[in-house]
Amino acid sequence: MSILTVSNLTKQFGGLVAVNSVDMAVEKGSITAVIGPNGAGKTTFFNLITGVYQPDKGNVQLGSTSLVGLKPHEISRHGIARTFQNIRLFSNITVLENVMVGLHKQFRAGIVGTLFQTKKVREEERLAQEEAYHWLEYVGLAQHLNEDAQNLSYGAQRRLEIARALATKPKLLLLDEPAAGMNPRETRELTEFIHRMREDLDLTIVLIEHDMKLVMEISEQIFVLDHGEKIAEGKPAEIRNNVKVIEAYLGKSAVTPA
Amino acid sequence: MQKLTSKLKGNKMAQMILLVLYVLVTSLSLYLAQASVTAFLLLLFSLLILYYTELPDRLKWLIAGVVLIGVIPFVSSTGPGYQSYMEVATVVGIYVAMALGLNIVVGLAGLLDLGFVAFFAIGAYTYGIFATGQAANFMPFGTFPLTGESFWIFILIGCFVAALFGVLLGIPVLRVKGDYLAIVTLGFGEIIRIVFNNLDKPVNITNGAMGLASVKPPEIFGYQFVYPNQFYFIVLAILFLVILAVRRFEFSKIGRSWKAVRENEIAAQSVGIHLVRTKLLAFAIGASFSGMMGVVFAAKQTFVDPTSFTLLESITILVMVILGGMGSVPGVILGAAVITILNLQVLTEVTNYLNQLSLDGVISFPEALAPAKMQRFIFGAILIIFAIYRPQGLIPAKNPVFDEESLKEGSEKHRKEKITVEPDKGFQA
Ligand SMILES: Nc1ncnc2c1ncn2[C@@H]1O[C@H](COP(=O)(O)OP(=O)(O)O)[C@@H](O)[C@H]1O
Ligand SMILES: [Mg+2]
Repeated sequence: MSILTVSNLTKQFGGLVAVNSVDMAVEKGSITAVIGPNGAGKTTFFNLITGVYQPDKGNVQLGSTSLVGLKPHEISRHGIARTFQNIRLFSNITVLENVMVGLHKQFRAGIVGTLFQTKKVREEERLAQEEAYHWLEYVGLAQHLNEDAQNLSYGAQRRLEIARALATKPKLLLLDEPAAGMNPRETRELTEFIHRMREDLDLTIVLIEHDMKLVMEISEQIFVLDHGEKIAEGKPAEIRNNVKVIEAYLGKSAVTPA
Repeated sequence: MQKLTSKLKGNKMAQMILLVLYVLVTSLSLYLAQASVTAFLLLLFSLLILYYTELPDRLKWLIAGVVLIGVIPFVSSTGPGYQSYMEVATVVGIYVAMALGLNIVVGLAGLLDLGFVAFFAIGAYTYGIFATGQAANFMPFGTFPLTGESFWIFILIGCFVAALFGVLLGIPVLRVKGDYLAIVTLGFGEIIRIVFNNLDKPVNITNGAMGLASVKPPEIFGYQFVYPNQFYFIVLAILFLVILAVRRFEFSKIGRSWKAVRENEIAAQSVGIHLVRTKLLAFAIGASFSGMMGVVFAAKQTFVDPTSFTLLESITILVMVILGGMGSVPGVILGAAVITILNLQVLTEVTNYLNQLSLDGVISFPEALAPAKMQRFIFGAILIIFAIYRPQGLIPAKNPVFDEESLKEGSEKHRKEKITVEPDKGFQA
């Protein structure tokens, strides 16, 4: 059963077609990779799913609900969470608070409750702190809870983004180049971690990644974009030997000797 | 000196004794040497010292209460300077509340608002129109002016009307970002002033440039509030509530979503924060503080006209926030106090002193260079200096510190009840 169905999705920036009639179906509970050279339209594709951009054409469906026309915060409420290629943390607040912002949707407190600090509001706040701490433990950042997010190392910042995304309790998690800037050891740990997340939290994961070792190891299905178009899809073994894919990555000369 | 401070650190008793001594000495000198501006300022300074002591928070609030409610009014009460000191303290309080309001918009939500004084004006006119005969011009029923007893309700009305205008302004304005937002809010501030200036025809609502005179003073059980020493207590009470409210908002879901929007709009939306609603709430709550103080201002001055609400006022409030430290409640309070006192006391005192000197023929001093006239120059200089050398302000904003041990326990509960994951095996760093 597919949880995310994308059909004929198209986005233009001026004359540039960043995403061109892309069709895609993501299986529930799967780990799916979206790969392609720089500028292929991968991030734009994520932005279309999460409502950062509105598509010019086509449809995005989560289960049976169409997401087209919804605002990013509404899409988050439908159960999609994401991380960003260029890390977007709340830099000047603490690590714990970053995750607490991720819990935003589950708060019931209103203006009046906040002003009078009712028992309920205080309890809710307390529980949120504990739950946020719990997510920090899960990604291995618990000891940094009181640091400003901007003072974390690069790898830790990427993990904090994941913790914040998980705090929203998504069904579908989109990771935009999660291993970028990580050393081989960190990348290996990340690979394991992505597996664990899926098992523990019953998640469907779609990731954009350049590290081919990671992609081949982790994904059950791979989609390849080039110049905004989907040029291939299949299991890792199929993609590895796909002529079009090798062409896209290495240039035509790599396949047809001059 | 360093030895002394290191000895003081951690020794709460010694800090307490020194603080009390300081308050005693400054109070006594104010009490004896009446009309000594220096003594008055030094006494106010004790509150800042109090802030930096390591006493428990409750005790700090208690001491601050005693100094503000008891000591300051009492020791300045015997001399000729009484009303002028109380006037300064009252105006400081009004500006502190406004600066705290603007701090929500600029400091917490990160929205640069250059027309903030508009909400102060709205509060002032709300009371001014109904507490003078003015309302009779367009209200078909009721007798105006309303009595001074209505003042207390008007504090709330001013609060809500300003909040409402905060939302009304926000809806069109929040479509634009950054520099454009600053320009649009600046325009809004001017529009409000100009509307008040011209709303004397076709129906005379605001009495135009003539302003509204003899606004009814507040009254309760036949007791009238007319002098600064009386308004001082009204302002103090409102200010207390404002500070309480700000603190509660800041460390709540609402405050966190403001900060999230300030730090990164796209990320904030991606975790489910409603961008427009969050910003509107910041505008509304910030505006409401100004609205309340606008009502007080109208009652205190007994006169309202558009010249009190110029762009320079908006800039002044912004300077208070930037000088004190954007997002920092204690900082903004200090910033507002420093700027107001600089304006009302220091600059005029220095000008008087220089004038005296030139009258005595000691120096010849051209009037154009009077410090009181250099307000804008001084604000400009402060802005530049702080932007370059201390962008975080006098007292930088602090993030809350969470207690890891107790959270650990709580997290344990979660693991059992809700989320069944083994945290330590999650991601080994
Ligand atoms: N907001 C935008 N405005 C104009 N062009 C854009 C915008 N976002 C992306 N693009 C362009 O769309 C193309 C695809 O970009 P992107 O989706 O970031 O690629 P990828 O993530 O695969 O590297 C690029 O040529 C990029 O310059
Ligand atoms: Mg990209």
